Amino acid sequence: MTVNFDDRSPIYRQIADRIEAEVLSGTLAGDEQVPSTNKYAAHHRINPATVNKAFQQLVDDGILYKRRGIGMFVSPQARQTLRARRRKSFFTDVVDPMVNEARAIGIDLSELVERINELAREDGR
Amino acid sequence: MTDIEVTGLGKRFDTVDALTDVSFSLSGNKICGLLGRNGAGKTTLLSIVAGFERQTGGTVLVDGEPVWENPVATGKVCLVRGVGDATAASVSVRELLDYAARLRPGWDARYAGELLEKFEVAPEKQAKSLSHGKRCALGVTIGLASRAPVTIFDESYLGLDAPSRYAFYDALLADVLAHPRLVIISTHLIEEVATLFEDVLILDRGKLMLHEDADTMRAAGAAVTGDAALVDSFTLGLEVLGERMLGRTKSAMVYGPLDEKRRARAREAGLDLDPIALQDLFVHLTSGGAR
Repeated sequence: MTVNFDDRSPIYRQIADRIEAEVLSGTLAGDEQVPSTNKYAAHHRINPATVNKAFQQLVDDGILYKRRGIGMFVSPQARQTLRARRRKSFFTDVVDPMVNEARAIGIDLSELVERINELAREDGR
Repeated sequence: MTDIEVTGLGKRFDTVDALTDVSFSLSGNKICGLLGRNGAGKTTLLSIVAGFERQTGGTVLVDGEPVWENPVATGKVCLVRGVGDATAASVSVRELLDYAARLRPGWDARYAGELLEKFEVAPEKQAKSLSHGKRCALGVTIGLASRAPVTIFDESYLGLDAPSRYAFYDALLADVLAHPRLVIISTHLIEEVATLFEDVLILDRGKLMLHEDADTMRAAGAAVTGDAALVDSFTLGLEVLGERMLGRTKSAMVYGPLDEKRRARAREAGLDLDPIALQDLFVHLTSGGAR
């Protein structure tokens, strides 16, 4: 999992995003321990303070919890929390840009609706 | 934990002001990047902080003590300059390390030996007969093994080849994690080390232009691209570092906090907002006319 962080946006945000993605995909399960700050920092060649900032944000968001003297763990309800949050922003983050793009290239919205219905029918089969 | 307090610092060489009214404070255990173009005053600043040189104005305090001719303060600061200062003398690498060991109360001889092995520097060799790259390796070895509460690398590893530079970054990070201290790195190879920096200081023409948390800096810069007229109206009131035009499309580099409201405005106007790398920010912040 050697991945380079993009130097162009806050790195703590990128670390948090990556941990969130691992929780959503199930790679990190509830009550599982995440690697320590120092391991994270050394592995990705990043400042330990940056890693701590990411962990702190995830704790504030209820994704991770801290066990004194042991380390950071994934909250049992982390996946649900993330799913709920993503669901909330799904329309503004995913659907609205899609509709804008469709308008820009002249796809009628009824065509979009038709496509969605088609996929829904396939689901139902 | 050691802290450095620089207040109104000035340095004048004959008729030239190398530093003018530089003030900042650094405290806690972290890695700081000192950036600046050639001649910006980086080496002068670091030399004064380490007590190698005397300022002509202002004060530099390390843990509250002035550094000039004060062994209590200078004993806490280890500055590694360029390819190392001591390599002109006819001494072996081992003798140099023994000298450093006497000078540095926190010296770790075993660690120094490990680093020499890692960088493939033979201890029995004469220091001055070493190649440029090996001399750099010797310099960073002395800096790391000093375990000085304030360890400064002034372009001291630029002569290392890429694999050795990454070995140095890894060693630095591992050592700072194990033995927390204040590290200042001045470098031109910004991209390579940017992720290690917690703080960034930028010197420009002898003045401190910026002292910022590295992540805050990354979040503050953005490239706004789109229809020129729309870009212009969006950037009104923002600090624009630079602009480029291609046909009717304009790309403007802005620096300043972009809140969610502004970001939403950009989206509505169909403008692209892209982050800017630390190195690019540095280039744009300091490029007021090539010198």
